[in-house]
Amino acid sequence: MRSANDPPTSQSRLVLSEYQTNNVLRHLKGRLFYLLCLLGSLVGILLLVTLLNDIRQDGFHYMSKHFFTNFPSRKPEIAGFHGAIMGTLWVMGIVAITSFPIGVGAALYLEEYAIKNKLTSLIQTNISNLAGVPSIVFGILGLQLFVRGTIGYGPAICIGEQCGFGRSVISGALTLTLLILPIVIVASQEAIKAVPPSIREASYGVGATRWQTVSSHVLPQAMPGIMTGMILALSRAIGETAPIIMIGALTFVAFRPEGPLDPFTAMPIQVLNWISRPQAAFHELAATGIVVLLITLLTMNAIAVLIRIRLGQSGAR
Amino acid sequence: MSFETTRVTARYRQNLRSNLGGRLIGAVLFLCAFVTVVTTVGIVVILFIEGLSFFAEVSPIEFFTGTKWTPLFTSKGFGVLPLISGTVLIGLGAACVALPLGTLTAIYLSEYATPRIRSVMKPLVEVLSGIPTVVYGYFALTFISPFIKEYLYPEAGPYMAISAIVVVGIMIVPIVASISDDALRAVPRELREAAYGVGASKLEVNTRVVFPAALSGVIASYILAISRAIGETMAVTVAAGARPNLTANPFEAVQTMTAYIVSVSLGDTPHGTIEFKTIFAVGLTLFFMTLVMNIISSRITKRFREVYD
Amino acid sequence: MLGLRLAMVDAVGEGIMDKEENRSLEVPEVAISTNGAEELEDRTETVAINIDALSLWYTGVQAIENVSLQIPENQVTALIGPSGCGKSTLLRCINRMNDLIPGVTLDGHIKIHGESIYEKDVDPVAVRRNVGMVFQKPNPFPKSIYENVAFGARINGYKGNMDELVRASLEQAALWDEVSDKLSESGLTLSGGQQQRLCIARAIAVKPEVILMDEPCSALDPIATQRIEDLIRELRSTYTIVIVTHNMQQAARVSDKTAFMLAGEERVGRLVEFSPTQELFTNPSDSRTEDYITGRFG
Repeated sequence: MRSANDPPTSQSRLVLSEYQTNNVLRHLKGRLFYLLCLLGSLVGILLLVTLLNDIRQDGFHYMSKHFFTNFPSRKPEIAGFHGAIMGTLWVMGIVAITSFPIGVGAALYLEEYAIKNKLTSLIQTNISNLAGVPSIVFGILGLQLFVRGTIGYGPAICIGEQCGFGRSVISGALTLTLLILPIVIVASQEAIKAVPPSIREASYGVGATRWQTVSSHVLPQAMPGIMTGMILALSRAIGETAPIIMIGALTFVAFRPEGPLDPFTAMPIQVLNWISRPQAAFHELAATGIVVLLITLLTMNAIAVLIRIRLGQSGAR
Repeated sequence: MSFETTRVTARYRQNLRSNLGGRLIGAVLFLCAFVTVVTTVGIVVILFIEGLSFFAEVSPIEFFTGTKWTPLFTSKGFGVLPLISGTVLIGLGAACVALPLGTLTAIYLSEYATPRIRSVMKPLVEVLSGIPTVVYGYFALTFISPFIKEYLYPEAGPYMAISAIVVVGIMIVPIVASISDDALRAVPRELREAAYGVGASKLEVNTRVVFPAALSGVIASYILAISRAIGETMAVTVAAGARPNLTANPFEAVQTMTAYIVSVSLGDTPHGTIEFKTIFAVGLTLFFMTLVMNIISSRITKRFREVYD
Repeated sequence: MLGLRLAMVDAVGEGIMDKEENRSLEVPEVAISTNGAEELEDRTETVAINIDALSLWYTGVQAIENVSLQIPENQVTALIGPSGCGKSTLLRCINRMNDLIPGVTLDGHIKIHGESIYEKDVDPVAVRRNVGMVFQKPNPFPKSIYENVAFGARINGYKGNMDELVRASLEQAALWDEVSDKLSESGLTLSGGQQQRLCIARAIAVKPEVILMDEPCSALDPIATQRIEDLIRELRSTYTIVIVTHNMQQAARVSDKTAFMLAGEERVGRLVEFSPTQELFTNPSDSRTEDYITGRFG
């Protein structure tokens, strides 16, 4: 027995005189093209490895207990990441609380409730366009709408005389919520679409209402997929720097936020702050901060993958 | 209607009237979806109103044709061209990096890789787009720029466009690779077999049949990737510098539109001033550039889907 | 045709021939045959394709076991049998199309005009150049009609007049009259039946010796089917044709010889009977063949 996939080794003997091809050359070209594709795809991975190695080299010098408990300082030896970590936790907590219900609600509307009309397709197109808007533009939106509470000339979000939330945790969180909402919605839609129609029919068949069907059959089945999408969206939000710089997250914060209306900093902002300093010691602090940031992202992605694998194993479908 | 039916209906009458609750839920869910529309409207309204009040003071002609961008200095110049040139330089430069690499990656993944290699390689490539952009900025500033200064261009300063070009290019490789890979894999197997059937080699099948058939999807990925490069902020802020510079030399420092917006917001420019309003004018320009590219890209993708579905 | 065969005889060489069985039978006839049209008159049983004890596995799962078939030159040979009997798989072995599926292994030999196509040093690309294929679903390239036909010739380095070749191929495929004024239009604008004839023209354009057809009419309406069947009968004067069909009437209408395949409980396809078509349909020698053609199963 031999494999049918053995590579050809020589020019064939079946050659017609009118057709003149150099099969050796053809194979050589084919081989070269294959190598080119392989090399091309390895370049990206190689640079990824270089990047991680670059960070690994500088990223552990300042890694200590103090790094997690101290606030930033002008002296690199005692500078820490505490404020940034707490700020990110606060912001992400609120992003999760707000984007989950809105995102899933929108997905449910589009998949289960909406009639296919112009408005629905407008909303759908709008969601995909919104996903392509540069994040800094969301920052401009957040700055006006949430920080200052105005749209153009008129006030939009005001409580009494006080307009907007200022440069606070909640402003950052709401801005990031709007930013990741398209991702959450699209991922949830995919998960809801994957629930087989037979389940809905079975539920409607025993006289369940739309909401009963959705809440007790469709959502539970779609939940692992929704959670995966949600975690991936949050991991995108954690690394976002530009929009929260726009809304004015501070780059030097020697305290931790105690409530949603407090000013804050976040992990990528603190990293940026350290990068912007000329001294090499601060670059090492930045690398340390990046290690923490990347490990956080890695953990979140691992959780998402685990959920996906468990979904596969349970054989939901 | 028989007696039996009437009785059953009576017993479950409540259900027949529960429509109000259902409608309420539907309305709430609709509002959730409508948030996205409000977001877009909010962006457009804010950019337009603030942008228009900027253009009330600075003529659009000066804005779009001027070559001096110094709104924060005493001798003010409001010509956005240096920012646009910086943005285009980095966008096109990144395209020069990402389009070939992404295309080769896509062809490798869809046509050559075994399922096993593919299942490892595709997520690895996609990691490139999951890394926060500020991390790329760090990499560019502490690794690529010194490397280029050391070996390629000793005259360069600490900030240079090329360094940002490389990292932004790498960052958008997954967009090209992923979408092109989907497009290549969507080419029906019958088409490949037809080409093999007349004696085409694998190279000929890939380059003359599969790639042309997937071309619209591939081009859509290119446009989307360039649009993403243009909207990229942090890596260019960190690596390319903060000097509005009308140049095509990638070894010089340049400032992009995004980097300018960040630099204003990091500074202490007061709200309501003409200096501050520049960010809305620049933001508006940026928004429309990326919007047009995204719309073209999604149009192409949609048409491409219709061909094969 | 002559040039090809002489080249082949040259290349095969005496040394290899001695080792191969049946070789002495074929080679003289190959050398003698000069013109396809004349061969139609006295149809001597020249073996074009010799399938010898062929077995095939998909990643270890056997799909075909020990099939031996001598397919005659310039005749139409039909492969019939219930779905899953391995007839398409067998067909795709003849131009090494199965090489494209990962994990396929096979045992046995296929010789086309005496040359074993599964030898290690044989290039599957060159095999497919000489063994054209028409597929179940019409699959024109998303290119112009002209480019569809010219594609194979171009990649195979055709040195003659391309316009003439395209015209001749389209004429032979009975499509020229319908498309002569719109050669630059996309092949996808044609109707299903026209597309399938375009695919036949595309296969003809590289001047293969053998044309394999994998249920070529299964996606077509009855009128388009009839046109293809007429075409198949015309083409057999020039080409050796092997056609897989699930339609027994079609096999009876177009083929000279018919092979009946069947897969047992374990889903491994075997050859049951191979006879002249008339004989197989009127007087089958195997009771399973009789059961199948009388519609008792499948």
